[in-house]
Amino acid sequence: MRTEKRYLLSRTEKPTRLGFGRGLKAIAMSDERVVALGADITSSVNVDLFQQHFPDRFFSLGIAEQNIMGVAAGMALSGKIPFAATYGVFSALRTTDQIRISICYNNIPVKIGGAHAGISVGPDGATHQALEDIAVMRAMPNMTVLSPCDATQAEQATQASVTQVEGPAYIRFGREPVPDFIPPELTFEVGKAQQLKPGGDLTLIATGHMVWEALKAAEMLSDKGIDAAVMNIHTLKPIDSQALIDAANDTGLIVTVEEHQVIGGLGSAVAEVLSQHKPVPLEIIGMPDIFGESGTPEQLLKKYGLHAQNIAAVAMNKLQKIKS
Amino acid sequence: MNTANPQSQNLISMACQLRRDVINSLSVAGSGHLGASLGLADIFSVLYFSVLNHCPEEPTWPYRDRLVLSIGHVAPVYYAAMANAGYFSREELLTLRQLGSRLQGHPSRQAALPGVESASGSLGQGLSIAVGMALTAKLDKQDWHVYSVHGDGELQEGAIWEAAMSAAHYNLHNLTAIVDRNGVQIDGPTRTVMGLEPLSEKFEAFGWHVLTCDGNSIDALLNAFHKVSEVDDKPTVIIANTRMGAGVPQIENDYTWHGKAPDEQQREAFLRALDNEN
Repeated sequence: MRTEKRYLLSRTEKPTRLGFGRGLKAIAMSDERVVALGADITSSVNVDLFQQHFPDRFFSLGIAEQNIMGVAAGMALSGKIPFAATYGVFSALRTTDQIRISICYNNIPVKIGGAHAGISVGPDGATHQALEDIAVMRAMPNMTVLSPCDATQAEQATQASVTQVEGPAYIRFGREPVPDFIPPELTFEVGKAQQLKPGGDLTLIATGHMVWEALKAAEMLSDKGIDAAVMNIHTLKPIDSQALIDAANDTGLIVTVEEHQVIGGLGSAVAEVLSQHKPVPLEIIGMPDIFGESGTPEQLLKKYGLHAQNIAAVAMNKLQKIKS
Repeated sequence: MNTANPQSQNLISMACQLRRDVINSLSVAGSGHLGASLGLADIFSVLYFSVLNHCPEEPTWPYRDRLVLSIGHVAPVYYAAMANAGYFSREELLTLRQLGSRLQGHPSRQAALPGVESASGSLGQGLSIAVGMALTAKLDKQDWHVYSVHGDGELQEGAIWEAAMSAAHYNLHNLTAIVDRNGVQIDGPTRTVMGLEPLSEKFEAFGWHVLTCDGNSIDALLNAFHKVSEVDDKPTVIIANTRMGAGVPQIENDYTWHGKAPDEQQREAFLRALDNEN
């Protein structure tokens, strides 16, 4: 068990999708099999960087997500490594049947980008807030599901989706800027959880943008004398079962945090492991089986209990309950 | 490389052979889709024994033409064509749909049957896959051709038209789609379930080169495939008018035979009918 903190405090804020764009360009430079497909929101998902550098390897397919996944499958079946990115509500959910049969059943290296994940998408409202994508992507055999926590890690994850994953991968990104807190020297290993802060009283397990909220929550808990560990699950599938079991052994209380429905997401994945191998008290923080709405990201995180303050309060209550 | 004699008499005999194999394998399997498999026998005979530039002894030969079967339920005629072409033994056809068989009810890459380019079974996905392959061939400056096989009922899937739009947008002259226009689907005649006409005009409006032919005539099919190369700036669709159950008069055009397999008595009667037809 590591004992030091492994995150940076003062970094600029960047959206994770920015890291996706950079990672895509980087991997395309080193692997000429990489191609990218556009779904009319190419710059919004930061694929324009790839498009500028590799115009011959970019194919615009318009607002036709089902076709994009099938075309990606056809290209992968012919030796390419296609990236197909759009908002997660479209890339994971409108295309689910194509992903299931053409991509996952064929078990081919199509890399799917799901941008605008979570409630923090903000004013666009429920239609654009991907809150069910993890559940659906995780249920697909052969699929790897990545959910990086900041721009640095998104860049690493995007490259790792090619260098470390042979088959299909889904990579989830947020819309809003988040502090870029992952030290660049912290290597990204698909399937390996990262303990970013040690702690003995409980473990906050988070994914995506919620990792930063969990780190802030841990600091708030620390002010109250509670020593919370923070674990970053950047790979939701395959999940790092051993790290979860170790965390349960070490701290005895787990609180999961995700910008996703509580059904089928990170909390479910953690519960699947711990309930069978190391049952300990578990609190799942996420969207409680409801749709989101318009608002600023800050307002929405607070309203739906995903803000650091909410997380700290829930964790403290749970800890007090099991101690009493 | 396949250099089978393209003369039509051989292809007619091969189509009959494919029908026999379809009837026998479905009869052993006890379930499956007989009607369209029989209706497509002439098309598969022409594809595998005249049109495709392929190499059954080296199924992943990089320069092979690709055939994407978009209607996975006609796997019996697809498997029969591949077995007769030499991708695997004809005896294996009798394992169709059995536990552990490489001949899954709908084609699977997971089952690792040589010659299967893609899984299929969920309708409407194959044209997109074919577009992706044709785009790749163009990107890599390769001259292999992509063929995709579709049902007419399948054209009711919206994704087909997304794919059709993209094929024309990228001037994919290296893509030929074949539509098995038998006019029937599970709920009944296509015109009553969900009408497709005017079908040629739809594809023309989407920017395709459209050919129409008798899909149960070897000569008409050879002629249509010959005309594909007349156009070098658009994808081609061959709307092949077929008879579901073709070759077995007692079930021709009877849509109740879409998803049925013959019992032993029917198997013998159907094989006798085939012999009489030829």
